[in-house]
Amino acid sequence: MLHEPAIPVEKDHAIAKKTKLGVILFFVYTFIYAGFVVIGLTDPELMGLEVIGGQNLAIVYGFGLILLAIIMGFIYNYFCTRFEDKMNNNSTT
Amino acid sequence: MIYEVSNLAIVIFLFIVAFVLGLSFYFARKTKSSKSYYAAGGNIHWGVNGIAFAGDYLSAASFLGICGMIAFSGYDGFLYSIGFLAGWVVALFLVAEPLKRLGKYTFADALDAKFNSKSIKLAAAISTLIVSVFYLIPQMVGAGDLVVPLLGLPHWMGVVIVGSIVIFIVATAGMTSTTYVQFIKGGLLVIFSTILTIYVLKNGLTLTPENYHKFAEIEAVVTNDTVVTIPDSTYHVEATVVTGKMVFVKLNTQEFSPWFKVNTHDDRTTLEEVLSTTVTADGEKLFNGAPQSAGKFFQVGHLSKIIVDGKEVDKTGPVGPFEFIKTLENSEVVRFAKKSFESEGDAITVWYQNPTSGKSVMEPGLKYKLSKASGATIWDKLNFLSLMLALFLGTSALPHILIRYYTVPNQRAARKSTIVAIAAIGFFYMLTLFMGLGAMINGVIDVESSNMSGPLLAKVFGVSLFAIISAIAFATVLGTVSGLIIASSGAIAHDFIDNYLQVKMTDKGKVKAGKFAAFSVGIFAILLGILFKGMNVSFLVGLAFAVAASANLPAILFLLFWKKTTAKGIAWSVIVGIVSSIGIILFAPSMWERYGLIAKNAPVPFDNPGIISIPLAVITLIVISLLTQKDNSTKDFDRN
Repeated sequence: MLHEPAIPVEKDHAIAKKTKLGVILFFVYTFIYAGFVVIGLTDPELMGLEVIGGQNLAIVYGFGLILLAIIMGFIYNYFCTRFEDKMNNNSTT
Repeated sequence: MIYEVSNLAIVIFLFIVAFVLGLSFYFARKTKSSKSYYAAGGNIHWGVNGIAFAGDYLSAASFLGICGMIAFSGYDGFLYSIGFLAGWVVALFLVAEPLKRLGKYTFADALDAKFNSKSIKLAAAISTLIVSVFYLIPQMVGAGDLVVPLLGLPHWMGVVIVGSIVIFIVATAGMTSTTYVQFIKGGLLVIFSTILTIYVLKNGLTLTPENYHKFAEIEAVVTNDTVVTIPDSTYHVEATVVTGKMVFVKLNTQEFSPWFKVNTHDDRTTLEEVLSTTVTADGEKLFNGAPQSAGKFFQVGHLSKIIVDGKEVDKTGPVGPFEFIKTLENSEVVRFAKKSFESEGDAITVWYQNPTSGKSVMEPGLKYKLSKASGATIWDKLNFLSLMLALFLGTSALPHILIRYYTVPNQRAARKSTIVAIAAIGFFYMLTLFMGLGAMINGVIDVESSNMSGPLLAKVFGVSLFAIISAIAFATVLGTVSGLIIASSGAIAHDFIDNYLQVKMTDKGKVKAGKFAAFSVGIFAILLGILFKGMNVSFLVGLAFAVAASANLPAILFLLFWKKTTAKGIAWSVIVGIVSSIGIILFAPSMWERYGLIAKNAPVPFDNPGIISIPLAVITLIVISLLTQKDNSTKDFDRN
């Protein structure tokens, strides 16, 4: 049975660093996401509290989680690309 | 609900279907090998793949389901947007690149890359099939809902049309066609949702949506709670029903027999017109006491009070996005609550006005009870926790999303396409709040099905926009169902027949087997889509996420990050995840209601299984792996 990937995979020396960065960012986001869930579970009234520009915590936190995911995605890609370029001597595409 | 069918909508719909089929034919000629059929030859550009990811992911659940749930339950629907997007964080940071390095064509290949174990092949194939079918159900339900106002056809016919077209698409072209269909559809969905949101904001908030039905209110006299007499002699009481603390009466008005709710104020009693459906003993269905063709059943949802700077106003005019939310939070929305009862052998369902403060609409709690004041129990809280957990962990465990990592040429492209997907999907999910709330207050809601709220909102701003949005939504379903059926056919033909049973087949034979499997799954999906009519598609997708997160994610993450993981540990974890999550769903309140039983009496007191089934799968994986360490003769998998 064939067990090689569908496309030949190039040698990548940046895997360990990228994995570590991914795990760190994952835990940062998970912590913030968990905060949203915990507030909902323990003190739901807090979600109605006005926090900024007349918007309540539920709106600010909810939109914040969506925006944060996008921003962290760009940060992750920026550093991963730098690791790859540096450690693979610009050999990857 | 009876809708006016638009010829323009039909023309646009037919044009899009023809375009999709044309595209399929074009790419079908290029699909000769199994690599091309299942993974588009691995040559898709990351930008195209990213938007195609969005196209795959923004399924009926996102556009139809979330908008509908927000329109019915306010912020609680938006929880799905938050959770669905957060799931991509797991996909990007933990799963995307390692999986790209491991896999060949399917999720099962990736899972089995380290062990070459028959039990993993079987477990992963079963899991892929079950998760895909679970995900297919809401897509088909959404398809059926779409054709009712779009083409004036019954729900079941919509399901059959989508099923047939998709079987045709998949059986002709495979992943390349699906990718480009998803790319075009994903892009159009984001663009036109932005346009719809701009319309909502430009329209602002108003107490009088256009062409809105004015609900009648009649003076009445009530004695001993049940006997009602009406001073106005044009009405005659036909029946009175007391259910809980509420009293409903059926009136005769010469033409038809609508139901009213008795409202007792301090000094007077009034009867308020409600929406109702009646299923008579001989099976006839009446809408507001009249046949469906009489057009007595109305779209609803409006504001009863608008407060701007502490003053009541009739309308606001155009508003910015944050002003829209803030004003709605200070205002009062009339939602419609549902009640079912029996009267003289007829099964009656009524929807009555339920004024709700904007503050309650803009925070969690209308669907998922959380506060003590709303009477939340520990089970309600567990249900919420379970939902948020499954949404977070489910995305990166969906087989039809995972296979898209194999359509790009390298790891960097996999990562970049994931980020493009997150940006496009994140932006779209922010729009869902405005589209859902727009539907809630502009008199477009069909109380029988929340799923059409988004497209029907578009109808307020013109038939053309409605036609385009509906056609895109239809293409959304087509594309997602295509992806799911490819994943399912891959599980049957590639994972099960080829890898597990090791039936010798030529490359052409493999593609043929895949197409046959696609046909079979398509037929099955059509049947399920008809059976689950009326359920919110986001809710159903939430359940699919829970099954995926339970069955697949522990296996993927432990394989990638725990060296003691064994083949038996993975296989058992997948099986326990599937059995426990589906077991809980089948005995949960929502399914109990579907069986025609009383939801409160369901053996499991909450709907979302993730809180039990995910930890159970993790524990199984750890325990079995530790017990079978001596079997683990594998080396560390090649990280390159």
